[in-house]
Amino acid sequence: MIAVRAQGLSVRFGGTAALDGIDVLVSEGEALGIIGPNGSGKSTFLKTVAGLIRPDSGLIEVFGKAPRDLEPGAIGYVPQVEEVDWHFPVSVWDVVAMGRFPYLRPWDRYGARDRSIVDAAIDALGLRPLANRHISHLSGGQQQRAFVARALAQEPRLLLLDEPTTGVDAATEDALLALIRERVHKGLPVLMATHDLDRAREWFDRMIVLDHKVLASGDPAAVLESGAYAGIREHTHVHGHMRV
Amino acid sequence: MDVLLAPFAYDFMQRAFVAALVVGVLCSVMGTYVVLRKLSFIGDGIAHASFAGIVIAYLRDANYALGAGAVAVLTALGIGFVNRRGGVSLDTAIGVLFTGAFALGIFLMSRAPRYSIDLQGYLFGNILAVSSTDLITIVGLGILVAIAVVILYRPLLYSSFDPIVAQASGIPVPFIDYVLLVLLALTIIVSLESVGIVLVAALLVTPAAAAAQLTRRFAPMMALSVAIGAFCSVGGLYLSYYLQSASGATIVLLATLVFFTAFGLRRVL
Repeated sequence: MIAVRAQGLSVRFGGTAALDGIDVLVSEGEALGIIGPNGSGKSTFLKTVAGLIRPDSGLIEVFGKAPRDLEPGAIGYVPQVEEVDWHFPVSVWDVVAMGRFPYLRPWDRYGARDRSIVDAAIDALGLRPLANRHISHLSGGQQQRAFVARALAQEPRLLLLDEPTTGVDAATEDALLALIRERVHKGLPVLMATHDLDRAREWFDRMIVLDHKVLASGDPAAVLESGAYAGIREHTHVHGHMRV
Repeated sequence: MDVLLAPFAYDFMQRAFVAALVVGVLCSVMGTYVVLRKLSFIGDGIAHASFAGIVIAYLRDANYALGAGAVAVLTALGIGFVNRRGGVSLDTAIGVLFTGAFALGIFLMSRAPRYSIDLQGYLFGNILAVSSTDLITIVGLGILVAIAVVILYRPLLYSSFDPIVAQASGIPVPFIDYVLLVLLALTIIVSLESVGIVLVAALLVTPAAAAAQLTRRFAPMMALSVAIGAFCSVGGLYLSYYLQSASGATIVLLATLVFFTAFGLRRVL
């Protein structure tokens, strides 16, 4: 089944095209990597798939529906760390438990099932010793793991990750990779923006090179060796935008 | 004991204590969201905007509270609309709309042939003048706001902490934000009679800000804020009775004292 379908997708901010006629198909059980320099539209694309940005033209469908018409909890989204207030009065457990909020009616209490799902997500990301800590006490990598744990606790049908390995140590990156691949193997479709090109072959089934348009798409090895990737690499070497 | 019970010998003081308790609790609950969303300016803004409603109600010979409430809710919704649809930051939207509404009040008042609005009462509040009808309105609106906060507890928490991810996960964040603004407008109107336009912002912000000094968890922060708000409202009213001082100002001064005590405690403990 097609999980994400983007056809001629365009998003403009003022007079500038952030996305210009994007065509992307992602199937269930597929991990799609999105690479491109800073400001190339990676985050905008993920936010459009999540229903946070309305496209100016073109089609975006998630499981055959407009993203906003999906049932609550269908889309799990992990933004870049700096987009929240880390002094907000919540613990790591509280943050991860928010993943269950879309399913709870006002009069519902956390049930045993909700608690066990939250605990499992906390354990999976190695956050157990930090569960009762205030979120401001976490390092950058730990914060990122808390976000991913919240998305997993949500048990979404589609997972969107925006540079989840930025500022993360190698061990955390390995753990994240194993977790995400396990979910993908079970059928979860995943879209992930990344700067980490070294491990792209391990992370993804397919990749796209994005620079407002899709410059290349296909098998990670082929994309990384393609002319489009080389062009991006040259561009980023000159401007220092992307680690290679 | 007699000292504690003495003020209750008077009917108006009984009503004042109930009003103070309800307003203290209500402002402290809503204040938790105000502080966490960095909306401290909104209390002042909506309270000032309601002045236009008071003047319109006066000119139309209508109920002042109703006029103030209508303009406060409209201003709150307008702030949300301009912020969300116009890409204008929330503090700028508050600044533009409240000054506009306040200026409308002054404009209309200046064109009235003569006026006798008790501005002193609306500027500084007069909790001792709360009538039985006022009290029913205060308690009724208070219950309404409390029920809404209980029902929306989780969506309000999620959209306050991480509105982008909350919306992506299916929480109706824009709707929640509008509801929060309307609840704030109702809370401010309920509080106007007690502490007045000038001091209502303090009652919204100070107890929650004091609570934030003492805990780093959301539910305990709200509970502490409520305890501090109730203590300051009732305690301030007692103090004003014995000190023969203005009740609204005494309540806010006590809350300020509690804030600095909490501020000091956090650094000592």
